[in-house]
Amino acid sequence: MGLPAVVVTHGAVRLFPSADHPAGARPEERPVGRYVARRLLLTIPVLIGASFLIFAMVYALPGDPIRALAGDRPLPASVQAALTAEFNLDDPLLVQYAKYVGGLLQGDFGTDFRGRPVLDTISQRLPVTVTLTAVAIFFEILIGITAGVLAGLRRGSFFDNLVLVSTTLVVSIPVLVLGFVSQYVLGVRLGWFPVAGITQGLYSYLLPGFILAATSLAYVTRLTRTSLADSLRADYVRTARAKGLAPRTVVVRHTLRNSLIPVVTFIGADIGGLLGGAIITEAVFNIPGLGRAVFDAVSQQEGAVVVGIITLMVFFFIFFNLVVDVLYAVLDPRIRYE
Amino acid sequence: MTPSTSGAHPAGTPADSGTTSRTDAAARATATPDTGVPVLEVEDLRVEFRTRGPVVNAVNGVSYSIAPGETMAILGESGCGKSVSAQAIMGILDTPPAVISGAIRFEGRDMLAMGAEDQRKIRGPGVSMIFQDALSALNPVYSVGYQIGEMFRAHRGTSKKEARERAVELMDRVRIPAARQRVDDYPHQFSGGMRQRVMIAMALALDPKVLIADEPTTALDVTVQAQVMDLLKDLQRDTGMGLILITHDLGVVNEVADRVSVMYAGKVVETGTTDDVFTRPAHPYTRGLMSSIPLLEDKGHRLNPIVGAPPSLAAIPPGCSFHLRCPMARRGADGRPDCAADVPPLREVVVGRRSACHYSEELLHG
Repeated sequence: MGLPAVVVTHGAVRLFPSADHPAGARPEERPVGRYVARRLLLTIPVLIGASFLIFAMVYALPGDPIRALAGDRPLPASVQAALTAEFNLDDPLLVQYAKYVGGLLQGDFGTDFRGRPVLDTISQRLPVTVTLTAVAIFFEILIGITAGVLAGLRRGSFFDNLVLVSTTLVVSIPVLVLGFVSQYVLGVRLGWFPVAGITQGLYSYLLPGFILAATSLAYVTRLTRTSLADSLRADYVRTARAKGLAPRTVVVRHTLRNSLIPVVTFIGADIGGLLGGAIITEAVFNIPGLGRAVFDAVSQQEGAVVVGIITLMVFFFIFFNLVVDVLYAVLDPRIRYE
Repeated sequence: MTPSTSGAHPAGTPADSGTTSRTDAAARATATPDTGVPVLEVEDLRVEFRTRGPVVNAVNGVSYSIAPGETMAILGESGCGKSVSAQAIMGILDTPPAVISGAIRFEGRDMLAMGAEDQRKIRGPGVSMIFQDALSALNPVYSVGYQIGEMFRAHRGTSKKEARERAVELMDRVRIPAARQRVDDYPHQFSGGMRQRVMIAMALALDPKVLIADEPTTALDVTVQAQVMDLLKDLQRDTGMGLILITHDLGVVNEVADRVSVMYAGKVVETGTTDDVFTRPAHPYTRGLMSSIPLLEDKGHRLNPIVGAPPSLAAIPPGCSFHLRCPMARRGADGRPDCAADVPPLREVVVGRRSACHYSEELLHG
């Protein structure tokens, strides 16, 4: 997408210039603010491009959405003509898109065919998706990092092998299967979790959140394990031991910190992806999130809804990638912005 | 630092470096009876690695000792076990796969017999170590000030602020320019020589009694090598610490070491004062090393290497481990020792000289 990447070089930029080391003392220093501003500006063309592509795809869908709306009963010709005119459906693609963007610039995200503002749909669905994502990320961090650290510290142990086998298993089962099986066993048969819906508050998010996290959870575990095992062999860990540091300090300060850098990167990018909604998980557990909304909107050819939500998802994705890049430089001083 | 076999010996013998040119820090060391009383003794140290393949015998009964203010060089080719013996002293070998036996006595107490926690407390204030490649030996994500200050925080419970101050002092002491400005910089922002100085500052933070330097200058270019060695010698004079210098650089040994132990295939094959060993080697391996040094006056002649390669530590030959490469190796006829079957003991061949060769006398007198 032509976005500038964070580049590893020697001679890093300091994020927080200290008092006795004023900014500008080193010629290569560049403030992080400028980097972030530039990256944010670059998201504008990306968002325009993405929204146009989506708009074009919805336009290209076969069939007349107004007629579909009415079902079997044919609409009076006058009503159909009025609706078609209201939603600009007879205009050429570029004109439709221009009118849509024109509305956006006035803060109007458009409405669906029932007259409900798209912004309302988003503000209703977004909290659900954010909650589901938060639960999923919580599992990734809690279980993924813990299991990865334990496996990495005791390579070749029974636990390590258990982790290897179970993560392979999880990665190879499709989410759809995992979702239905867990819903049937844990929800229907054992009754430990609600079968579907979000009527029981946060509790009803636990099982869907876990299923949504499952694949990433496996990756986080494996990534943590490998990264930790690599760090443990590093020369600087040997130095830390030779310094007479307590074993705990050697592991926590001189091994974990270094080995979690790639894990943090992965999880950060995953947040952006998960916020894009989980169509399968939301469908299986009947959760009214953004993923569900997009699915319904596509099947009803609700152009404004599809474009509005997907553009938001693209923004989340870009934004969290930016957060990861900035965070990366905080964690690893060898990184500098370019 | 051009290698040369002859000539000036700047450091003198251990006896006079113990009494001359001592500053106040060293006076402390003189308070305890020092010359001759070793601060660190290694006795019959054996390290083997038991992995899936054959057992690797990295160190096979090595003994040496180091007195305050003394510099002892451990000289040997790559893979002769010199670094492993040092790592065993520092307790940084993973056990398993390493199996360590023998005794490592620091101020009379056997470190191998004490608990892990007691052993840990000696690392830093007692024995300290610097490594060959400072870039990989320093943690890339912490500032050098943090990594130096960590010694005070871990061993003395010093506050973060105080530790940073002490780090600045130490960086000054190892002559890092603009130490106060650079204390918060990261290892990758320093040059190779400066990074090795950071390592030295870290190792010396708690005034160790013994410093082990494992090829401290190998990764540096020649002019920087000389600066770093000079710095180490100066710091040793100031603190009266014992210095174990692990190297394969004959020139460095000749310039700074009081005594030298030559290692081959996990064993010490010869020890003595540097002058003696360099001028009159008592072991054929040492002699081979000395004659492999290119001399300025021999320009244009072929180099004179030791034939063959050192043995794998997983398959050390029986008898004298050097006999396959040794120009003097004998099949023991008429009651004389057989180099291919009889293991030569490390024995005193002249006063102050020990050699592990059946035929050292021939070499010395012949």
